[in-house]
Amino acid sequence: MEKKDHIISILVHNKPDVLARVAGTLGGKGYNIDSLCVNTTTQNDISKIVMTTSGSQATITRIENQLQRLVDVISVDDLTNVESVHREMVLVRLNLTAENAEPVKNAIDTNKWKVIVSGDTYLIIEITGDKRQIEFSLARLEPLGIADITRTGLVALTLED
Amino acid sequence: MKLKGTEIFLKVLEEEKVDIIFGYPGGAVLDLYDQLYESNLRHILVRHEQGAVHAADGYARATGKVGVCLVTSGPGATNTVTGIATANMDSIPLVVFTGQVPTGLIGNDAFQECDITGITRPCTKHNFLVRNIEELASTIKEAFHIARSGRPGPVLVDLPKNVMAAQYDYDPTNIKIRNHEAVYKPAPKKMANVFDMLNAAKKPLIMTGGGVILGKASEELTLLARKYEIPVTGTLMGLGSFPGTDPLWLGMLGMHGTYYANMAVSHCDFMLAVGVRFDDRVTGSIETFAANAKIVQIDIDPSSINKNVTVDLPIIGDTRATLKDILRFLEEHHYTQDAGLRAQWLREIAEWREKVPLNYCKNGEVIKPQYVIEKLQELTKGDALITTDVGQHQMWTAQFFHFDRPNTFVSSGGLGTMGFGLPAAIGVKCAFPDKQVVAIAGDGSIQMNIQELATAAQYNIAVKVVLLNNEFLGMPRQWQEMFYNKRYSHTDMTYAPDFVKLAEAFGVIGLRATKPAEVETVLKQGLAADKPVLMDFRISRDECVYPMVHPGGSINQMTLGSREMIN
Repeated sequence: MEKKDHIISILVHNKPDVLARVAGTLGGKGYNIDSLCVNTTTQNDISKIVMTTSGSQATITRIENQLQRLVDVISVDDLTNVESVHREMVLVRLNLTAENAEPVKNAIDTNKWKVIVSGDTYLIIEITGDKRQIEFSLARLEPLGIADITRTGLVALTLED
Repeated sequence: MKLKGTEIFLKVLEEEKVDIIFGYPGGAVLDLYDQLYESNLRHILVRHEQGAVHAADGYARATGKVGVCLVTSGPGATNTVTGIATANMDSIPLVVFTGQVPTGLIGNDAFQECDITGITRPCTKHNFLVRNIEELASTIKEAFHIARSGRPGPVLVDLPKNVMAAQYDYDPTNIKIRNHEAVYKPAPKKMANVFDMLNAAKKPLIMTGGGVILGKASEELTLLARKYEIPVTGTLMGLGSFPGTDPLWLGMLGMHGTYYANMAVSHCDFMLAVGVRFDDRVTGSIETFAANAKIVQIDIDPSSINKNVTVDLPIIGDTRATLKDILRFLEEHHYTQDAGLRAQWLREIAEWREKVPLNYCKNGEVIKPQYVIEKLQELTKGDALITTDVGQHQMWTAQFFHFDRPNTFVSSGGLGTMGFGLPAAIGVKCAFPDKQVVAIAGDGSIQMNIQELATAAQYNIAVKVVLLNNEFLGMPRQWQEMFYNKRYSHTDMTYAPDFVKLAEAFGVIGLRATKPAEVETVLKQGLAADKPVLMDFRISRDECVYPMVHPGGSINQMTLGSREMIN
């Protein structure tokens, strides 16, 4: 069966070890987590875990069923075929040199990147977007000399309940 | 009223109607043991923590209640892991209490500290570390609720020493826990589908599994099969869920299933699979398993559906409630089987049964293990609770002992844990002191938890060990004979203790039979004793378990005793 990327949104009780339980359930059964994002919801005792994984529909159904078995899991939803918006964030540090100062400035202006910290020898840029937009920006930043990056997992929200 | 943690612990256990715990003290649980000193709660001191969990497990399997154990931190806790994993694979409700170092020391590598909730996360249904006294009572209550609700399973509760020593205002009327009971009523529209599929079937078959026993659905399953003359086969875990002496019973299916059960599976055109998870030892090759059949699968756990075998109609529901609904629907809609067709199907099965019955080569000189089991059945009239270890003796028991009632066959099915049988039998006998409780073991397995003979002797728990001693790790030896050119690498167990003397050293009666003629006498003597007994049967060394489906092969391809392959 065809392997596809899937976005799974999991509501959990904000209990000790809940992330370890979710991650362990997948790892222990041989499934891979490609990206992960966790935080509380509007209720402090409930967290949302958004993760991306890949597999055939049968594999994804198995993952959902395995997660549903966990006592602290409230609901599991596959957002892949549901109308939803997706965002990731990446922080990029560029080292500034005499050679790249000008091209960096131009690229920031052209791409409307958000500079969040600016020092004498470095800049930190924040980029948000969906996966495609992030990849696009990173490709443009690459030749300017990326010193380091940190990238979040994907978050997703459905348009309707 | 202010109570100590240890007092709250005992109060909640009392509310949960716990009448026995299996345990082993140590530093981190001495406060609890001190509290037990003046309690009426029955405590069985085992000789190894693994034995405590297996005993609680045996108790749970035989009674349907939650089994409970109590052990100390560190090694006490890690020793429970095999027992917990055993219960987890077979969905057995347990609550395992482990001691823990004081909360202030957790993470410091304190003496006898280990992260037991981390270690047992993948092999428990759920686990808890109780971080403060306020949540002690509700956590214990929730643990019992989780263990027994839905698809049951083991729950571990880690109890730091300082939490148990703390004091708290305990009000039993004010304990709130989350509810984990999902909806277990099957979707009504599925009943019509079952009706149509059964109505269209010429060769229906029921496959019963552990979920029928856990779901207390044997009565409904038996009624369904008998009323509509549907033959029944079962998994190892399903033994006893349908009467083993009923003519509709085909015996176990799978790797060591009967020829006729496996042939019926391969030829049936409709299969009602109840409370099974289609383990690889049952299905053989997935592609050819019940290839001609429309399959209906009933299970309480959605993750069991379509996991191994893709089914035509999944029904998520409690096995008992679902079978009741099916029975009602069939009756209301006047389902009747075509008598001619059904007779023809049953005749086809009878021919397979005649062609290759479950059999073995009898021998007047050497004791055959199957003979011992047949004699055991005869002498107990089948009225016994049987536990086993894992290996050849387990398969012979499954084949040759006919279990008529649920909860009478206690065996580690999923994990296949050697050393399970004796401690499990101790747990069973504690629950049913007036019943004959027999642990059928192999000489390899018995040595894995033989220390529990001391437990049996101390409390005079009169379990009877039937040791089928072939001085081999028999099942690996059989595989080496069949698949590894008879290269018996490290499976010869000739160097072993004198089991009769060993039994006597433990304060247990030791008996031995070396010839077939002695089997009955030894069994009679052993079964009659009101003390624990170990009976050492020196059996044929190279006896194999047949039929045998080769690993990954189709289940209609079996090696039989005389070695010819039958299609």
